[in-house]
Amino acid sequence: MSTTIDTSSTRAGAAEGRPRPDGPSVRQRKPGGRDLVAALPWVAPAVLLIFAIVLFPAGFMFYNSTRDISISGLDQGSVGFDNYVEVFTFPYFWPIFLRTIVWVVAVVGVTVVISLGLAQILNKAFPGRRIVRLAVIIPWAASVVMTTMVVYYGLEPYFGIINTFLVDVGLIQTPEGYGWTRNPETAFAWSIVIAIFVSLPFTTYTILAGLQTVPADVLEAAKMDGAGPARTYFGVVLPQLRGALSVAVLINIINVFNSLPILKIMTGSIPGYDADTIMTMIFKYIQNQHKVDVASALSVVAFLIVIVIVAVYVKVVKPMREV
Amino acid sequence: MAVTAPAFETIAPPAASARRRRYTEDQVPVGRLLLRMLAGLIVLVVFILPYTIMFFGSVKTKAQIRSVDPTYFPTEWHWENYVNMWSTPETPLVQNLISTIVISVFATLLVLAVALPAAYYTARFRFPGRMVFLFLVIVTQMLQPAVLTSGLFRQFVAFGIIDTWAAMILVNAAFNLSFAVWIMHSFFAGVPKEVDEAAQIDGAGRLTVLFRINLPLVWPGIVTAIVFTFVACWNEFAASLVILSTAGNQPLSVALTKFVGQYETSWHYVFGVSIVAIIPVVVLFMIIEKRLVGGLTAGSVK
Repeated sequence: MSTTIDTSSTRAGAAEGRPRPDGPSVRQRKPGGRDLVAALPWVAPAVLLIFAIVLFPAGFMFYNSTRDISISGLDQGSVGFDNYVEVFTFPYFWPIFLRTIVWVVAVVGVTVVISLGLAQILNKAFPGRRIVRLAVIIPWAASVVMTTMVVYYGLEPYFGIINTFLVDVGLIQTPEGYGWTRNPETAFAWSIVIAIFVSLPFTTYTILAGLQTVPADVLEAAKMDGAGPARTYFGVVLPQLRGALSVAVLINIINVFNSLPILKIMTGSIPGYDADTIMTMIFKYIQNQHKVDVASALSVVAFLIVIVIVAVYVKVVKPMREV
Repeated sequence: MAVTAPAFETIAPPAASARRRRYTEDQVPVGRLLLRMLAGLIVLVVFILPYTIMFFGSVKTKAQIRSVDPTYFPTEWHWENYVNMWSTPETPLVQNLISTIVISVFATLLVLAVALPAAYYTARFRFPGRMVFLFLVIVTQMLQPAVLTSGLFRQFVAFGIIDTWAAMILVNAAFNLSFAVWIMHSFFAGVPKEVDEAAQIDGAGRLTVLFRINLPLVWPGIVTAIVFTFVACWNEFAASLVILSTAGNQPLSVALTKFVGQYETSWHYVFGVSIVAIIPVVVLFMIIEKRLVGGLTAGSVK
């Protein structure tokens, strides 16, 4: 952690062409208790907020996952690991688990591939580039709920505009449509499309930032050596993007895994559990079945999965060390 | 996390000037330029398409938008929808809008009040536990309200603030705090210490140094943090869905989902409200566009 911070502070100073700040401490002596007391008024409110609204509920969730909580919310004592047993013996649990993996891998994978291409386009100079860049921001700023709603409407039979378009170009036969949002498989597939669409802006902008760090003279040198565009891209540009890409992938994995609104809107009204991920299942336990105890157990499972993903990813890709 | 942090203030201006230069000096062939413009145009169309559909839908009548023979473009423009939509029976949209505004504004103010001093102090001074604090901030970034919702729900029931704006202000503030701390931290760290020291020698107190000396220098970082927090709060969905059960307390993101699966959904109103809710945040985001290229990843796990 310390390296991260020091890098950022010295680099930011250097980038502005001002004298580098010499580390955060003015004095040479080791910080002690008096420094802590002096720091409290500045830092304590933030610590308090994190403890009260992030760490405490996390702990409370672990605790609740071992309790029997009635539908009305009354704590009826400890049940050990019964809630976890209920989570794992639920016949749809493993399909949901696998679907969650498909969801994350498909959305993040396709997003990164498309974003690499998008960033190339947006990095080239052409008249009107600024407008295109601004347009790419829109799905990032706009509410995911609202973006999903318009697609849901578009896919409605007879009057949905996307459905109508597909009929007009001959991809589907009748205006009755395919029941896109009525079948779990197609609703899930469209959810993936929407999730990719709303993940593109952040990913593209992160890669764009990475492209700025590719030195122009290196590209020039590659050209001199007779490397074609493809060779230059895969041999010179892509390795330079490693840092930006690993950050983008990590953030996307976390976001997509935690994503609720898209699937909730697209598949929420389909009976059964054939389009659920772990995240939508947690909310079904809370909202439809009023089993906060079981929901807590599944949330703990989800929490641990996030931690494992982040740990494995950081270990393998080392996003913090690069650049 | 700090991969692109250094880029903040340097990237945008050189990129702009390089662009201007390249047309004249590098002599991009006209054919290639046209090809790029075509690619750009396709990207533009794809990205504004859903919102264009939304806009066109918002000026159709209910009969037109639910017609079995729909038209791509509105045949008549029913601007009165933007007045009538607020009294639709599905949900109290005016209250939902007020709720969205109140929660977002107060959560953003809370983030600013809490994150600014912490970011400044950790960038300037060493104290025992400083690294622990910054580590805590990173850990928070890995978490999102969705995964903690069941814990938050029970906690707010116990505290007696379930189904209140206060609860959602706290949630939004807490989960956006880490990003704000990071981004402001890296900006403060970019201000040379000598500036602070000179002011202190002149007899300025720490608060004066922060507000009079540092704030004008790190203003772009603060604006970025404010916009990001505000937009995230504005669009928050998962926690609000569970914590706010009274219709009038819910933000627009939650309220609008009630239209889905209705027997006769008033899609034209859904889209009118969406357009009204989307435009301000998109404009805010566009204001900080240059900084998005610069390096949000300095602290962003959102």
